Amino acid sequence: MAGMDRARVVERVRVHPVALFAIVDAYQRRSDDTPRIIGTLLGTFQKGTVEVKAAFPVPHQETEDEVSVDLEFASNMLELHKKVNTKDSIVGWFATGATITAHSNLINEYYIRTTTISTGPVHVTIDTALTGGKMGINAYRRAVMGVPGRTQGSLFFSVPCEVCSYSAERVAVKEMLGGKKVGDKTLSLGTDPEQVLRSTEKMLEVLQRIGDYVDDVLGGRVVADSSVGRMLSDVVASVPSIDPEQFESMVTSGMEDLLMVVYLANITQAQLSLGEKLTSIL
Amino acid sequence: MAASAAVAASGTVKEESFKVENVQVDGLVVLKIIQHCEQEGGGPEAVQGNLLGLVDEVNKRVEITNCFPTPHRGDEEEEDSGQLQEYQIEMMRLMREVNVDHMLVGWYQSTFVRSSINRTLVESQFTYQKAIKASVVLLYDPVQTVQGCLSLKAYRLSEAAMEMCRDSWEYSVDYLNKLDVTHSEMLEEIPVKIHNSHLVKVLLCELSRKDPEPEPVDFLSLGTSVELEKNVRLLMSAIDDVGGDAGKFSNYQRQVARHQQQVQQSLQKRQQENAHRASRGDAPLQEEDVSKLKVPQCPSRLDSLLLGKQISGYCQDARQFASQSLAKLFLARALQDQ
Repeated sequence: MAGMDRARVVERVRVHPVALFAIVDAYQRRSDDTPRIIGTLLGTFQKGTVEVKAAFPVPHQETEDEVSVDLEFASNMLELHKKVNTKDSIVGWFATGATITAHSNLINEYYIRTTTISTGPVHVTIDTALTGGKMGINAYRRAVMGVPGRTQGSLFFSVPCEVCSYSAERVAVKEMLGGKKVGDKTLSLGTDPEQVLRSTEKMLEVLQRIGDYVDDVLGGRVVADSSVGRMLSDVVASVPSIDPEQFESMVTSGMEDLLMVVYLANITQAQLSLGEKLTSIL
Repeated sequence: MAASAAVAASGTVKEESFKVENVQVDGLVVLKIIQHCEQEGGGPEAVQGNLLGLVDEVNKRVEITNCFPTPHRGDEEEEDSGQLQEYQIEMMRLMREVNVDHMLVGWYQSTFVRSSINRTLVESQFTYQKAIKASVVLLYDPVQTVQGCLSLKAYRLSEAAMEMCRDSWEYSVDYLNKLDVTHSEMLEEIPVKIHNSHLVKVLLCELSRKDPEPEPVDFLSLGTSVELEKNVRLLMSAIDDVGGDAGKFSNYQRQVARHQQQVQQSLQKRQQENAHRASRGDAPLQEEDVSKLKVPQCPSRLDSLLLGKQISGYCQDARQFASQSLAKLFLARALQDQ
């Protein structure tokens, strides 16, 4: 699978939130003398798109003149990862910090040797120093420039980088987002009726926005967009017009089923505790 | 097994008894667990892994700051625990090098609805808890999470349960009475909180900018009977199991009664013999060794306890689910009226 696409250049990078979280966490745990951390990115490369599924930090030292990377650590960690996920391979490396330094080239060399993408590894930077007021996430790939045969340098091309996630991951991220405005750092998982409440609130919000938009259009404040209008009319038409009696009977039968199940559940629990009491008496 | 391997690797044993009141999980751990399940998932085997972190005794809290998956063995059951142990030791060593908390505080497992409260779970948790007083097991339900509600629960064995496991694996009825353990007290659930440092929160804001996800509005859909059916079916099979277990137990009781009778009879016979012999002037015979009659084995009550726990779990789920659906139905009716 990967063999067919090896010749393609990396066109796009999609990162899973897990990798980003791992990088930030590693950055927070770094020892004080290293201003930035680097590490390996694991994932898959298909049809020009690199999907980064995991990341782990690699200890390294950086001085003015030289860079040393603990390669043994990197390969050991890779071995362990492979035991669990056999499909992932090294697709690149990451570094924290906003810019690409001269040392990046050297580190890149190492990764060229170990990555499975034949056109070169992907380099992702995460700006944990928050320059510019936000945490920039960028991806690059290296290209050789200069006159062939003479001095050659490398240029890091920027590659579009987006975040993708599985639906379960999305749910988790959203739960965590709920806690971002609160002062304290913790967030407890909501109970189920709260979930229903939240979903209804969201739907109300959406409806509100639509209502406002329609008002604007009618009031002439916004130019009417016919495609939007058509979509809206589709939505309205899709609400089935049911005979109110039928609807009532549907709702009541649904409720009866649910109440019956609740009743059965309560009976079973009562039976259980009774049974336990009896066996303990015997 | 995975539990004993990790326990041997951890090397920390605390002697004092420890009560854990809440569990704090880092966002990173949640995402890693989810990803592991997604990648391996679908199969009948649950995915497993270990949890690393810190134990905060002052606040009676277990903080879980990192985790790593354990490779599941597939069909080669003979693959020795030695390899697994090496994997865990190696992983923890590497984590230590990058300043990750390398203390083992528990393990996680994926479940399907609630169907994995069974004997292996208890045994594994017991092994962990014996060595690391504060260890917890995190159960993650991928099915429920996809529907929009992150389902992550932490459990520990209660004190009574620990004692029971420690002393014997037999679980006879008298023993249970002595300890007064009901099914709800075997495993205790601990509230879970998700914790993120501020830098990670910045990351979250960035993520929400880059990845505006569509709202899972179909959480509000009314077609919910499938879920309910599944739940009820699981409940029924669990009840069948309990029925089977109860049957076994009543068998056992009958056997005990019979055994008693036999003992009585043989004693009586002995006595009669002795009386005879005494009347004839012979020396009385030795009391026959009554313990030669086999005492019937008491079946393990652990299964019934666990089944009880599972059933109550299903009942709770059913009730929660029903309350949600009722709310939705009321909503629909209110809308219709308008």
